[in-house]
Amino acid sequence: MRTGVIARKMGMMRLFAEDGAHVPVTVLSLDGCTVVGQRTAEKDGYTSVVLGAGAPKVKRMNKAERGQFAKVNVEPKSKVVEFRVDSADLLPPVGAEITADHFVVGQKIDIAGTSIGKGFAGAMKRWNFGGLRATHGVSVSHRSHGSTGQRQDPGKVFKGKKMAGHLGDERVSTQNLEVVRIDAARGLIFVKGSVPGSKNGWVEVRDAAKVKRPDAAPTPAAFKEPAVA
Amino acid sequence: MWPMNLIQTLEQEEAARVLVGKKIPSFDPGDTLRVNVKIKEGERERVQAYEGVCIARSGGGLNANFTVRKISFGEGVERVFPLYSPSIDSIDVVRRGKVRRAKLYYLRDRRGKSARIVERSGGARNEGIDGGEAPAPEETAAE
Repeated sequence: MRTGVIARKMGMMRLFAEDGAHVPVTVLSLDGCTVVGQRTAEKDGYTSVVLGAGAPKVKRMNKAERGQFAKVNVEPKSKVVEFRVDSADLLPPVGAEITADHFVVGQKIDIAGTSIGKGFAGAMKRWNFGGLRATHGVSVSHRSHGSTGQRQDPGKVFKGKKMAGHLGDERVSTQNLEVVRIDAARGLIFVKGSVPGSKNGWVEVRDAAKVKRPDAAPTPAAFKEPAVA
Repeated sequence: MWPMNLIQTLEQEEAARVLVGKKIPSFDPGDTLRVNVKIKEGERERVQAYEGVCIARSGGGLNANFTVRKISFGEGVERVFPLYSPSIDSIDVVRRGKVRRAKLYYLRDRRGKSARIVERSGGARNEGIDGGEAPAPEETAAE
Protein backbone atom coordinates (compact mmCIF):
# COMPACT_ATOMS: atom_id res chain seq x y z
CA MET A 1 0.00 0.00 0.00
CA ARG A 2 1.47 3.33 -1.06
CA THR A 3 0.57 6.75 0.23
CA GLY A 4 -2.62 8.56 -0.70
CA VAL A 5 -3.07 12.32 -1.02
CA ILE A 6 -5.05 15.05 0.67
CA ALA A 7 -7.25 16.96 -1.74
CA ARG A 8 -9.78 19.72 -1.64
CA LYS A 9 -13.16 19.15 -3.26
CA MET A 10 -13.65 21.99 -5.76
CA GLY A 11 -17.08 21.09 -7.11
CA MET A 12 -18.72 19.03 -9.80
CA MET A 13 -18.95 19.49 -13.54
CA ARG A 14 -19.53 17.45 -16.68
CA LEU A 15 -17.13 16.10 -19.22
CA PHE A 16 -18.05 14.78 -22.65
CA ALA A 17 -16.68 11.47 -23.84
CA GLU A 18 -15.83 11.10 -27.51
CA ASP A 19 -18.93 8.98 -28.17
CA GLY A 20 -21.16 11.76 -26.84
CA ALA A 21 -21.65 10.27 -23.37
CA HIS A 22 -21.74 12.66 -20.44
CA VAL A 23 -19.39 11.91 -17.60
CA PRO A 24 -20.29 13.59 -14.31
CA VAL A 25 -17.07 14.37 -12.48
CA THR A 26 -15.96 15.83 -9.18
CA VAL A 27 -12.92 18.07 -9.38
CA LEU A 28 -10.34 17.60 -6.64
CA SER A 29 -7.42 19.96 -6.13
CA LEU A 30 -4.21 18.90 -4.43
CA ASP A 31 -3.54 22.42 -3.16
CA GLY A 32 0.11 22.03 -2.15
CA CYS A 33 -0.05 18.51 -0.76
CA THR A 34 3.41 18.08 0.80
CA VAL A 35 5.16 15.45 2.89
CA VAL A 36 5.63 16.99 6.34
CA GLY A 37 6.86 13.92 8.17
CA GLN A 38 7.55 10.23 8.27
CA ARG A 39 6.73 7.57 10.83
CA THR A 40 9.17 4.70 10.81
CA ALA A 41 9.02 1.24 12.32
CA GLU A 42 12.20 1.83 14.40
CA LYS A 43 11.04 5.04 16.00
CA ASP A 44 7.25 4.82 16.01
CA GLY A 45 6.51 1.12 15.57
CA TYR A 46 4.68 1.61 12.29
CA THR A 47 5.37 3.11 8.87
CA SER A 48 3.40 6.01 7.50
CA VAL A 49 3.66 9.25 5.57
CA VAL A 50 2.47 12.49 7.15
CA LEU A 51 1.02 14.77 4.50
CA GLY A 52 -0.07 18.37 4.84
CA ALA A 53 -2.11 20.50 2.48
CA GLY A 54 -3.60 23.97 2.24
CA ALA A 55 -2.05 27.32 3.08
CA PRO A 56 -3.28 28.71 6.42
CA LYS A 57 -2.58 32.20 7.72
CA VAL A 58 0.58 31.66 9.73
CA LYS A 59 -0.39 34.28 12.31
CA ARG A 60 -3.39 32.16 13.24
CA MET A 61 -1.30 29.10 14.07
CA ASN A 62 0.07 28.64 17.54
CA LYS A 63 3.77 28.43 18.23
CA ALA A 64 3.71 24.67 18.73
CA GLU A 65 2.12 24.08 15.31
CA ARG A 66 4.52 26.47 13.65
CA GLY A 67 7.40 24.69 15.32
CA GLN A 68 6.31 21.35 13.88
CA PHE A 69 6.58 22.71 10.35
CA ALA A 70 9.74 24.73 11.04
CA LYS A 71 11.47 21.55 12.22
CA VAL A 72 11.03 19.89 8.83
CA ASN A 73 11.44 23.17 6.93
CA VAL A 74 8.03 23.02 5.21
CA GLU A 75 5.48 25.80 4.75
CA PRO A 76 2.72 25.49 7.38
CA LYS A 77 -0.27 23.42 6.26
CA SER A 78 -3.86 23.67 7.37
CA LYS A 79 -4.76 19.98 7.06
CA VAL A 80 -2.45 17.20 8.18
CA VAL A 81 -3.20 13.51 7.64
CA GLU A 82 -1.16 10.33 8.10
CA PHE A 83 -1.24 7.67 5.41
CA ARG A 84 -0.07 4.17 6.36
CA VAL A 85 2.32 2.56 3.89
CA ASP A 86 3.60 -1.02 3.78
CA SER A 87 7.33 -0.49 4.04
CA ALA A 88 10.03 2.14 4.43
CA ASP A 89 10.88 2.14 0.71
CA LEU A 90 7.41 3.55 0.04
CA LEU A 91 8.18 6.71 2.01
CA PRO A 92 8.60 9.82 -0.16
CA PRO A 93 11.15 12.30 1.19
CA VAL A 94 10.10 15.01 3.63
CA GLY A 95 9.35 18.25 1.80
CA ALA A 96 8.32 16.55 -1.43
CA GLU A 97 5.20 17.98 -3.01
CA ILE A 98 2.89 15.23 -4.26
CA THR A 99 1.60 15.88 -7.77
CA ALA A 100 -1.68 14.86 -9.37
CA ASP A 101 -0.07 12.27 -11.64
CA HIS A 102 0.31 10.18 -8.50
CA PHE A 103 -2.84 8.55 -9.89
CA VAL A 104 -3.32 7.36 -13.45
CA VAL A 105 -6.37 7.78 -15.68
CA GLY A 106 -8.71 4.82 -15.41
CA GLN A 107 -7.48 3.88 -11.97
CA LYS A 108 -9.96 3.09 -9.19
CA ILE A 109 -9.58 5.09 -5.99
CA ASP A 110 -11.21 5.30 -2.58
CA ILE A 111 -12.15 8.73 -1.23
CA ALA A 112 -12.91 9.56 2.40
CA GLY A 113 -14.37 12.84 3.54
CA THR A 114 -16.71 14.40 6.06
CA SER A 115 -20.28 14.25 4.81
CA ILE A 116 -22.52 17.31 4.76
CA GLY A 117 -24.24 17.71 8.13
CA LYS A 118 -28.02 17.32 8.05
CA GLY A 119 -28.69 18.12 11.72
CA PHE A 120 -31.30 16.19 13.70
CA ALA A 121 -33.07 14.07 11.10
CA GLY A 122 -36.13 11.85 11.41
CA ALA A 123 -36.13 8.10 10.83
CA MET A 124 -37.46 8.45 7.27
CA LYS A 125 -34.59 10.62 6.13
CA ARG A 126 -31.91 9.04 8.27
CA TRP A 127 -32.71 5.34 7.82
CA ASN A 128 -35.05 5.36 4.79
CA PHE A 129 -37.98 4.17 6.91
CA GLY A 130 -41.34 4.17 5.18
CA GLY A 131 -43.23 6.25 7.72
CA LEU A 132 -46.87 5.70 8.58
CA ARG A 133 -49.88 5.79 6.27
CA ALA A 134 -51.37 8.97 4.95
CA THR A 135 -54.92 7.96 5.92
CA HIS A 136 -56.68 5.08 7.76
CA GLY A 137 -56.76 6.87 11.08
CA VAL A 138 -53.15 8.03 11.26
CA SER A 139 -52.99 11.45 12.85
CA VAL A 140 -50.03 13.78 13.31
CA SER A 141 -47.42 10.98 13.09
CA HIS A 142 -47.15 10.39 9.33
CA ARG A 143 -43.37 10.54 9.36
CA SER A 144 -42.74 8.69 12.64
CA HIS A 145 -40.74 5.46 12.88
CA GLY A 146 -43.51 3.25 14.32
CA SER A 147 -42.85 0.50 16.80
CA THR A 148 -39.50 0.26 18.57
CA GLY A 149 -39.78 -3.14 20.20
CA GLN A 150 -41.87 -6.07 21.43
CA ARG A 151 -43.94 -6.53 24.66
CA GLN A 152 -43.33 -6.87 28.38
CA ASP A 153 -40.72 -9.45 27.40
CA PRO A 154 -38.10 -8.12 26.56
CA GLY A 155 -39.62 -4.89 27.85
CA LYS A 156 -36.88 -2.66 26.53
CA VAL A 157 -35.67 -1.12 23.32
CA PHE A 158 -32.68 -3.02 21.95
CA LYS A 159 -29.46 -1.10 21.62
CA GLY A 160 -28.70 0.12 18.13
CA LYS A 161 -32.38 0.56 17.27
CA LYS A 162 -32.57 2.88 14.28
CA MET A 163 -34.24 6.08 15.40
CA ALA A 164 -34.19 9.78 14.69
CA GLY A 165 -30.97 11.58 15.50
CA HIS A 166 -28.00 13.37 14.09
CA LEU A 167 -27.35 12.71 10.40
CA GLY A 168 -24.32 13.60 8.38
CA ASP A 169 -21.13 15.43 9.41
CA GLU A 170 -19.36 12.08 9.86
CA ARG A 171 -16.53 10.37 8.05
CA VAL A 172 -17.75 8.67 4.90
CA SER A 173 -15.68 6.64 2.44
CA THR A 174 -16.69 5.99 -1.14
CA GLN A 175 -14.92 3.09 -2.80
CA ASN A 176 -13.89 2.34 -6.38
CA LEU A 177 -14.35 5.77 -7.95
CA GLU A 178 -12.75 6.08 -11.36
CA VAL A 179 -10.12 8.66 -12.27
CA VAL A 180 -11.29 10.21 -15.53
CA ARG A 181 -8.68 12.87 -16.13
CA ILE A 182 -5.52 14.20 -14.52
CA ASP A 183 -4.28 17.78 -14.79
CA ALA A 184 -0.84 17.58 -13.25
CA ALA A 185 0.09 21.15 -14.15
CA ARG A 186 -2.70 22.54 -12.01
CA GLY A 187 -2.84 19.66 -9.55
CA LEU A 188 -6.37 18.57 -10.43
CA ILE A 189 -7.91 15.11 -10.32
CA PHE A 190 -11.23 14.50 -12.11
CA VAL A 191 -13.13 11.68 -10.45
CA LYS A 192 -16.22 10.09 -11.96
CA GLY A 193 -19.26 10.52 -9.75
CA SER A 194 -19.78 12.22 -6.44
CA VAL A 195 -17.47 12.47 -3.46
CA PRO A 196 -18.45 12.81 0.22
CA GLY A 197 -18.47 16.28 1.71
CA SER A 198 -19.14 19.84 0.75
CA LYS A 199 -17.31 22.06 -1.71
CA ASN A 200 -13.98 23.24 -0.33
CA GLY A 201 -14.00 20.28 2.05
CA TRP A 202 -10.89 18.15 2.58
CA VAL A 203 -10.92 14.58 1.33
CA GLU A 204 -8.41 11.74 1.56
CA VAL A 205 -7.71 9.99 -1.73
CA ARG A 206 -6.20 6.51 -1.73
CA ASP A 207 -5.63 3.67 -4.17
CA ALA A 208 -8.70 1.43 -4.17
CA ALA A 209 -8.44 -1.23 -1.49
CA LYS A 210 -10.43 -3.78 -3.46
CA VAL A 211 -8.99 -3.26 -6.96
CA LYS A 212 -5.38 -3.94 -7.94
CA ARG A 213 -3.33 -0.80 -8.34
CA PRO A 214 -2.26 -0.33 -11.99
CA ASP A 215 1.42 -0.87 -12.69
CA ALA A 216 1.65 2.57 -14.27
CA ALA A 217 0.98 4.25 -10.91
CA PRO A 218 4.30 5.61 -9.64
CA THR A 219 5.88 4.33 -6.42
CA PRO A 220 6.55 5.53 -3.79
CA ALA A 221 4.69 8.58 -5.13
CA ALA A 222 4.68 11.14 -7.91
CA PHE A 223 6.26 14.23 -6.41
CA LYS A 224 8.37 17.28 -7.02
CA GLU A 225 11.73 17.07 -5.28
CA PRO A 226 11.99 19.24 -2.16
CA ALA A 227 13.84 22.50 -2.66
CA VAL A 228 17.26 22.09 -1.08
CA ALA A 229 17.44 24.59 1.77
CA MET B 1 -5.24 28.60 -3.48
CA TRP B 2 -7.61 28.34 -6.42
CA PRO B 3 -9.77 31.14 -7.78
CA MET B 4 -13.46 31.12 -6.86
CA ASN B 5 -14.46 30.30 -10.41
CA LEU B 6 -12.28 27.26 -11.05
CA ILE B 7 -15.25 25.14 -12.12
CA GLN B 8 -16.43 27.81 -14.58
CA THR B 9 -12.91 28.03 -16.01
CA LEU B 10 -12.75 24.28 -16.42
CA GLU B 11 -16.19 24.24 -18.05
CA GLN B 12 -15.08 26.86 -20.55
CA GLU B 13 -12.00 24.81 -21.35
CA GLU B 14 -14.10 21.69 -21.79
CA ALA B 15 -16.50 23.57 -24.08
CA ALA B 16 -13.58 24.81 -26.16
CA ARG B 17 -12.15 21.27 -26.32
CA VAL B 18 -15.43 19.73 -27.46
CA LEU B 19 -16.04 22.46 -30.02
CA VAL B 20 -12.70 22.30 -31.80
CA GLY B 21 -13.27 22.30 -35.54
CA LYS B 22 -16.99 22.89 -35.13
CA LYS B 23 -19.24 25.92 -35.19
CA ILE B 24 -22.54 26.40 -33.41
CA PRO B 25 -24.63 28.83 -35.44
CA SER B 26 -26.69 31.57 -33.91
CA PHE B 27 -30.26 30.36 -33.39
CA ASP B 28 -33.22 31.17 -31.20
CA PRO B 29 -36.51 29.53 -30.24
CA GLY B 30 -38.82 29.62 -33.24
CA ASP B 31 -36.07 28.85 -35.72
CA THR B 32 -36.29 25.70 -37.79
CA LEU B 33 -33.10 23.66 -37.40
CA ARG B 34 -31.56 20.69 -39.06
CA VAL B 35 -29.46 18.89 -36.47
CA ASN B 36 -27.01 16.43 -37.96
CA VAL B 37 -26.59 13.72 -35.34
CA LYS B 38 -23.81 11.16 -35.38
CA ILE B 39 -25.20 7.66 -35.00
CA LYS B 40 -23.01 4.67 -34.33
CA GLU B 41 -24.12 1.39 -35.90
CA GLY B 42 -21.72 -1.28 -34.80
CA GLU B 43 -18.39 -0.13 -36.15
CA ARG B 44 -19.79 2.27 -38.71
CA GLU B 45 -20.68 5.85 -37.90
CA ARG B 46 -23.16 7.82 -39.98
CA VAL B 47 -24.91 11.17 -39.75
CA GLN B 48 -28.67 11.43 -39.46
CA ALA B 49 -30.53 14.70 -39.84
CA TYR B 50 -33.22 15.66 -37.38
CA GLU B 51 -35.22 18.64 -38.59
CA GLY B 52 -37.76 20.58 -36.57
CA VAL B 53 -38.56 23.77 -34.70
CA CYS B 54 -36.39 24.84 -31.81
CA ILE B 55 -38.94 25.41 -29.04
CA ALA B 56 -36.60 26.13 -26.14
CA ARG B 57 -33.05 26.82 -25.17
CA SER B 58 -32.10 26.03 -21.62
CA GLY B 59 -29.10 25.91 -19.37
CA GLY B 60 -25.98 27.96 -19.61
CA GLY B 61 -22.35 27.45 -20.40
CA LEU B 62 -21.29 23.84 -20.86
CA ASN B 63 -24.69 22.66 -19.63
CA ALA B 64 -26.69 24.43 -22.34
CA ASN B 65 -29.39 22.41 -24.12
CA PHE B 66 -31.91 23.06 -26.85
CA THR B 67 -35.19 21.32 -27.59
CA VAL B 68 -36.26 20.55 -31.15
CA ARG B 69 -39.86 19.57 -31.89
CA LYS B 70 -41.12 17.98 -35.05
CA ILE B 71 -44.18 16.07 -36.19
CA SER B 72 -43.14 12.59 -37.21
CA PHE B 73 -45.83 10.40 -38.85
CA GLY B 74 -48.52 12.47 -37.18
CA GLU B 75 -46.97 12.17 -33.76
CA GLY B 76 -45.20 15.07 -32.05
CA VAL B 77 -41.57 14.27 -31.19
CA GLU B 78 -39.33 16.42 -29.04
CA ARG B 79 -35.66 15.85 -28.66
CA VAL B 80 -33.38 17.63 -26.22
CA PHE B 81 -29.81 18.05 -27.41
CA PRO B 82 -26.92 19.19 -25.25
CA LEU B 83 -25.48 22.13 -27.16
CA TYR B 84 -21.92 20.88 -26.70
CA SER B 85 -22.62 17.21 -27.31
CA PRO B 86 -19.88 15.56 -29.40
CA SER B 87 -22.57 13.45 -31.03
CA ILE B 88 -23.88 16.54 -32.84
CA ASP B 89 -22.06 16.76 -36.14
CA SER B 90 -23.42 20.15 -37.13
CA ILE B 91 -26.48 22.38 -36.81
CA ASP B 92 -28.03 24.16 -39.80
CA VAL B 93 -30.54 26.97 -39.44
CA VAL B 94 -33.15 26.28 -42.12
CA ARG B 95 -35.51 29.17 -41.39
CA ARG B 96 -35.74 31.91 -38.83
CA GLY B 97 -39.06 32.32 -37.04
CA LYS B 98 -40.73 35.33 -35.50
CA VAL B 99 -41.93 34.50 -32.01
CA ARG B 100 -42.64 36.47 -28.83
CA ARG B 101 -41.74 33.81 -26.27
CA ALA B 102 -38.54 32.19 -25.13
CA LYS B 103 -40.26 28.82 -24.59
CA LEU B 104 -42.70 27.74 -27.30
CA TYR B 105 -44.38 25.03 -25.25
CA TYR B 106 -47.77 26.21 -26.53
CA LEU B 107 -46.95 24.49 -29.81
CA ARG B 108 -47.53 21.16 -28.07
CA ASP B 109 -51.25 21.85 -27.95
CA ARG B 110 -51.48 22.96 -31.54
CA ARG B 111 -51.58 21.15 -34.84
CA GLY B 112 -51.43 22.21 -38.45
CA LYS B 113 -52.18 25.77 -39.37
CA SER B 114 -52.20 27.17 -35.82
CA ALA B 115 -48.77 25.66 -35.15
CA ARG B 116 -47.14 27.70 -37.89
CA ILE B 117 -44.50 30.27 -37.08
CA VAL B 118 -44.15 33.40 -39.20
CA GLU B 119 -40.77 33.78 -40.82
CA ARG B 120 -38.57 36.49 -39.45
CA SER B 121 -36.60 38.68 -41.75
CA GLY B 122 -33.23 39.90 -40.64
CA GLY B 123 -30.22 37.83 -39.82
CA ALA B 124 -28.69 36.28 -36.77
CA ARG B 125 -29.40 37.86 -33.39
CA ASN B 126 -26.02 36.90 -31.96
CA GLU B 127 -22.66 35.67 -33.02
CA GLY B 128 -22.96 31.95 -32.53
CA ILE B 129 -20.02 30.09 -31.11
CA ASP B 130 -17.00 29.28 -33.23
CA GLY B 131 -14.86 26.39 -32.08
CA GLY B 132 -12.00 27.47 -34.30
CA GLU B 133 -9.98 25.38 -36.67
CA ALA B 134 -9.22 21.81 -35.84
CA PRO B 135 -5.66 21.67 -34.51
CA ALA B 136 -2.93 19.39 -35.71
CA PRO B 137 -3.71 15.75 -34.88
CA GLU B 138 -0.94 15.38 -32.27
CA GLU B 139 -2.58 18.03 -30.13
CA THR B 140 -5.78 16.03 -29.86
CA ALA B 141 -3.79 12.90 -29.18
CA ALA B 142 -2.20 14.55 -26.16
CA GLU B 143 -5.59 15.08 -24.54
